[in-house]
Amino acid sequence: MEHFTCRYPASQRRQGRALVGCVGSGDLEVLLEPANADFTLKVTTSVNGSEARWRALFDRLFATRADLPALTLDIHDFGATPGVVRLRLEQGLETLDLEESSHG
Amino acid sequence: MAEAPLPAVQALLHSRSFVELGARERARVVLDAGSFRELVGPFERLMSPWLPRQGIVRQADDGVVVAKGLIDGQPAVVCAIEGAFQGGSLGEVGGAKIAGALELALEDNLAGIPTRAVLLLETGGVRLQEANLGLAAIAEIQAAIVALRAHQPVIGVIAGSVGCFGGMSIAAGLCSQLIVTREARLGLNGPQVIEQEAGIEEYDSRDRPFIWSLTGGEQRVATGLADVFVADDSAAVTAAVRLGFTQGVAACLRSQQADHYLRRLAALDTEPQADAAAVRHLYAGDQP
Repeated sequence: MEHFTCRYPASQRRQGRALVGCVGSGDLEVLLEPANADFTLKVTTSVNGSEARWRALFDRLFATRADLPALTLDIHDFGATPGVVRLRLEQGLETLDLEESSHG
Repeated sequence: MAEAPLPAVQALLHSRSFVELGARERARVVLDAGSFRELVGPFERLMSPWLPRQGIVRQADDGVVVAKGLIDGQPAVVCAIEGAFQGGSLGEVGGAKIAGALELALEDNLAGIPTRAVLLLETGGVRLQEANLGLAAIAEIQAAIVALRAHQPVIGVIAGSVGCFGGMSIAAGLCSQLIVTREARLGLNGPQVIEQEAGIEEYDSRDRPFIWSLTGGEQRVATGLADVFVADDSAAVTAAVRLGFTQGVAACLRSQQADHYLRRLAALDTEPQADAAAVRHLYAGDQP
């Protein structure tokens, strides 16, 4: 098991929070919560030695984006592949949009 | 020229599986629409203090969802176990969430609020990494079920695909009514444990038809160890739970008939390999 944090500059403030996924085999859960600044990913993963792979994936998804929301994403991973991670992150951001629109 | 789909196909296309839902969605489906309100939810991060010390990643809700809401307009609490996280195993935190929810429902009833309880069981039993703390929590859950069922029905649902084993199979046996699907399994020991103890010739845990024929939902209803058999369909499960509550507090509970079951088991000849028909005959006698 290992922990690490990745941070990217954010430009939008958000109010809602969301939870997607599950700490099941090959899956992960993501808790999305509003933050003051920055788009921060805090990862706890069951796969040791995987930090470089996670950072490469996050860089590809987020490093070039200028419109990131100010959020803290708590990730509890149980061996998800990069494809599953990407789907869960997209699902989390979509769920957050839905949460915020349903609460006006 | 396209033909109109058969009615059975139409029904299948519109049905929504219950087994495929996660614990939170299951709890939401069982409660009246819009009434779901989660207690000690995932953002409170009440997680197991023991798993990280053993190098195991935690889940924010410790694999247990507790929700208050309404069922048919009556106050209700639903406890749903997430089978995908650590096999639905119950540790100190998840176990305390369920025990606490049932104890609060009992307090409600003593204060004149008729809170009813539903347990959505998907669990291998105690979480071995938390040992005695999990066992103690399961004992508290069992005591709370027995206390609460005198006031309101406590309805258990085993949908599958994990099933319900270990100490929580005893908790299932204490429920006023037990609802199962074909995917469900109910047993004190899981198949791999029995195989390890009895030998693969007697009990092959990979022989799925054999395992389900002895411990599956259909067999458990046929032997009277579960009460209601439903299809894997959210609407069917929800309807069965509601019907269970309309039947009120049961006059004669299964756990009060222990002597009857012990007499039946004492009469069993353990020499030949048991099969589904023999076990049905053992429990149900010559009844169809």
